[in-house]
Amino acid sequence: MKTRVCIPDFGMGNLHSVERSLCRMNVNPVVSADPREIEKADKIILPGVGHFKKAMENLVTLQMIDVLNEFVLVNKKPILGICLGMQLMADRSDEGDVAGFGWMDGSVKKIKVNDGLKYKIPHTGWNQAMICKDSPLLKNIPDRSEFYFLHAYHFIANDRADVLTETIYETRFPSAVARENIFGVQFHPEKSHATGAALLQNFISY
Amino acid sequence: MLTKRIIPCLDIKDGRTVKGTNFIELRDAGDPVELAMRYCEEGADELVFLDITATTEKRKTLANLVREIATHINIPFTVGGGINTVEDVSILLENGADKISINTSAVKKPGLINELAKNFGSQCIVVAIDTKKIDSNWKVVTHGGRNATSLLTVDWAKEITQRGAGEILLTSMENDGTKAGFAIDITKDVSKSVAVPVIASGGAGNMKHFAEIFQQANADAALAASIFHFKEIAIPDLKRYLSSQQIPVRV
Repeated sequence: MKTRVCIPDFGMGNLHSVERSLCRMNVNPVVSADPREIEKADKIILPGVGHFKKAMENLVTLQMIDVLNEFVLVNKKPILGICLGMQLMADRSDEGDVAGFGWMDGSVKKIKVNDGLKYKIPHTGWNQAMICKDSPLLKNIPDRSEFYFLHAYHFIANDRADVLTETIYETRFPSAVARENIFGVQFHPEKSHATGAALLQNFISY
Repeated sequence: MLTKRIIPCLDIKDGRTVKGTNFIELRDAGDPVELAMRYCEEGADELVFLDITATTEKRKTLANLVREIATHINIPFTVGGGINTVEDVSILLENGADKISINTSAVKKPGLINELAKNFGSQCIVVAIDTKKIDSNWKVVTHGGRNATSLLTVDWAKEITQRGAGEILLTSMENDGTKAGFAIDITKDVSKSVAVPVIASGGAGNMKHFAEIFQQANADAALAASIFHFKEIAIPDLKRYLSSQQIPVRV
């Protein structure tokens, strides 16, 4: 049977670019604000751009918190967070000073740079992901592949074992993380051309 | 390491690319989607679509075009031209644009930048500045350079950043179309005055010009139109050249 992929629509930006990427690989995801669609899904992709606090508020309003927790922690089904979607998996964020899902041990902080002339915020553009740990998510993806980034906050992992790739923007930060069925990427695979498509395909095949 | 971005710009009128192109392989050289896909395959890092459609009526076709582009390409793209309201932006983002760019409307009504940043986040708000040297000062101009303003370019760049611009697209009208190189001095001044990325535009004529704007002005990205459309410079060649000059690019 075909994998049912759900993209929860919680009102945080460009969900359709992820949807279109999946359609190009003949996966037709359900984009929905209905929590019942999350329950029915085999896999979830949680995208999102914008403000962390606003995102958590929207998830509460749409009654998605409990179903997502059950999907991830009880049913242990695969989930991929993208950009803000990855950050929401953390214990908490400085952006609005609120708690996240707490699926990944760590917190979200504003990117700090010493050389502000050289390192502009937001971190915008194509940067390399240096592989620290093998994962099904990175199957056939060469070390130091470039992905498209656009973010002003980043995740700081408390447990190094969760870090799949790191990226350098003056300092190193985790650009892909995983813990069992939980995957997160700070970059935008849906905007990262062929390499990004390969990563999404890996998640769908996982 | 973060790479320097190469951004082809496509001018759109009534849903078609306006400036001619020299891509003989293309079935339809005026089809923005086909050209965009071509650039995507060649290694363009982002694309900018600038709508110069004159009438509001015909501009409605832009939303459909944006949707079509978003369906076919998987690199980020920015859409600009004639954006005046939150509603205009909302339609473009919903149809799949990653970022939008405003220019004249920001000069006329600077509060629009704050409004857009609040509604959609700074990350998708590009503010374009057209600049020209007037009495030895770089000033902001509008309407394709025809209208002068009293705004000093560096001051305006700082102001738009404070208001929430996430990126600046700086076009020197002095250099645009000359193929004599980018405006290094003003790009450098803007780049060191703001904490957001700066895209340099106007004047690219050869590969060396790209190296100069990255090395001497610390531009984060460089945008060009006709030299790409007419294949005077092929993107893969440009990337190889920049790489040989120790400039980090995605190859």
